[in-house]
Amino acid sequence: MSSQVQPMTPATPAVPASHAADTAPVISLEGLAVSLGGRPILQGLTASLTGRCIGLLGPNGAGKTTLLHTLLGFYPPNGGTARVCGRDIRHDLREVRALLGYMPENDAFISGMSGVRFVRLMAELAGVPKSQAIERAHEVLFYVGLGEARYRDVGSYSLGMKQLAKLAQALVHSPKVLFLDEPTNGLDPPARTRMLQLIRDIRDAGEVRVILSSHLLRDVEECCEEVLVLKNGRIATYSNLEEERRANRKFLELELRSETEGAAAAFAEEIEARGAELAAGSRQRLKLVLPESLGVRDLYELAAARSVQIRRLDYKKDSLEDIFLKAMEGGDDVRV
Amino acid sequence: MSVYEQTYKSYKGPLTPTWSRFLIIPRYAYEVVFRSKLFVGFFALCFALPFIGLILIYLKHNLSALQIFGTSAGEIAKELPINNSFFYYGQWYQGALAFLLVLFVGPALVAPDLRNNGLALYLSRPFSRTEYMLGKMSVLLILLSAITWVPGLILFSFQASLEKGWLANNLSIAGAILLGSWVWILFLSLLALAVSAWVKWKPVARITLMGLFFVLMGFGGTINQAMDVWWGMLFSAWHVIGSIWYSLFDMGVSDDLPPAGAAWIALTAGCLLSLWLLYRRIRAYEVVR
Repeated sequence: MSSQVQPMTPATPAVPASHAADTAPVISLEGLAVSLGGRPILQGLTASLTGRCIGLLGPNGAGKTTLLHTLLGFYPPNGGTARVCGRDIRHDLREVRALLGYMPENDAFISGMSGVRFVRLMAELAGVPKSQAIERAHEVLFYVGLGEARYRDVGSYSLGMKQLAKLAQALVHSPKVLFLDEPTNGLDPPARTRMLQLIRDIRDAGEVRVILSSHLLRDVEECCEEVLVLKNGRIATYSNLEEERRANRKFLELELRSETEGAAAAFAEEIEARGAELAAGSRQRLKLVLPESLGVRDLYELAAARSVQIRRLDYKKDSLEDIFLKAMEGGDDVRV
Repeated sequence: MSVYEQTYKSYKGPLTPTWSRFLIIPRYAYEVVFRSKLFVGFFALCFALPFIGLILIYLKHNLSALQIFGTSAGEIAKELPINNSFFYYGQWYQGALAFLLVLFVGPALVAPDLRNNGLALYLSRPFSRTEYMLGKMSVLLILLSAITWVPGLILFSFQASLEKGWLANNLSIAGAILLGSWVWILFLSLLALAVSAWVKWKPVARITLMGLFFVLMGFGGTINQAMDVWWGMLFSAWHVIGSIWYSLFDMGVSDDLPPAGAAWIALTAGCLLSLWLLYRRIRAYEVVR
């Protein structure tokens, strides 16, 4: 790793011991700005991402694909720079590309080639010698589940098979970082499940860091440890899902009933005074995070003392959807 | 085999040197091109004239062999001068075949990659736009070399080996074969790639290439007639390359061809324009303004 590597961030316990040391940033964005056709697309992105699988979330047009394309060197930055595994995309583009595997969002293949020939060509272009490339092509096609169809023309593949072929060509040369742009686009539920299973498998093998760009929250939630949410070309929020999960911060949703309206309000004030964190909600419906010192039993006792009935009590985890929606409502320009 | 029975294994072996990777493209392209029997037949035909030239040179220097063929064939071979004219007309014949070969191979080089978004796959690897273009160009450069300057120089060397003193007097012919072939090869390759990059449909790309060679020739001729000028000939690639070859082979002066200096400028301009068009098109993704 070069001297330009960003300061290391603490490893998450969920990372297997063999990979725990590998916590240097995969992607470092340093005020990255990109304009296309005179229009600013990415504006001063600053972040340092370390996870094994990092999700790029955002609505359509947020700049997810542009960010990936900039990291791949397809678009030159107008300002700032970015590093992939410590290599600057402005100065070490060839080295950066040697580290990457890219699965594009749209249909992308070389026409008139069988699956195995296509993947073999891609391996050779990445530097794998001819004799090993053919072996790798067969292996990786079996791995993604295209073993039986590997001698068919890529142009005749179904959409799901084309997605798998794109994954195979991105993996064949064993990249250090894998960029997946909307990998489940257009897939039916079984194919989507298989694709996500493959992504998790690649992530868990620990040899490849995965950057997953998607607008599908469930895909990101199922695979990623970190999430960077983009909005209008800026970072709207960053969340370490692994830490969120580990902290197991549970939201309680309470539905109250009381004789007088003041009783419910007094109950809410009482629990807030005892350290509970009240989130949005009306007086009859509360969302709160309990402190260590306050248990559910205490809540019932306090409610009984105020003549308030707790009609319903639900645990609700702070889901990625909540994080995403909060980010969409909030302002821009978050630094990570 | 089920996907769930497989596990991800990385490749940890050696890598090929980066400078040599552009040659992967012609290797894959030839596998496709030589699958066509029509192309193989045509390619074999391209060596017919050099082969006949080789026989004529041999006969000219082998009296015993001449007698076997009888007097008339022997006289033809004996009287045939192996000089700059011999190689100049050979260059024309092979140059025209080179154009036909480009019509066959050229349009299929870049267009399918653009149509299927294949460029993003090439360029996401440690493989630059220049290497991509060099790789695609080498498909044509190697094939065209095989039918132009390589047989030309073989004939030249054969003649030089059979006639003492001939080499010293005709060394400039070797330079003319080499330089004349390479400028034509470069021009054809760049033009074919540029057309292939801008016209995504192969048959239309072929028609466009034909148009650039024949319609522009007609256009140039019309300008010459209407305005009583000579520079209309510069629109015709045939007149331009003809003038360059005429001067390189030291054939004298011709009123039917533009001046060599103007022809060189026109050819260079054509090459630069093609290169610029090609560079504009060879991108992983188009930026929509």
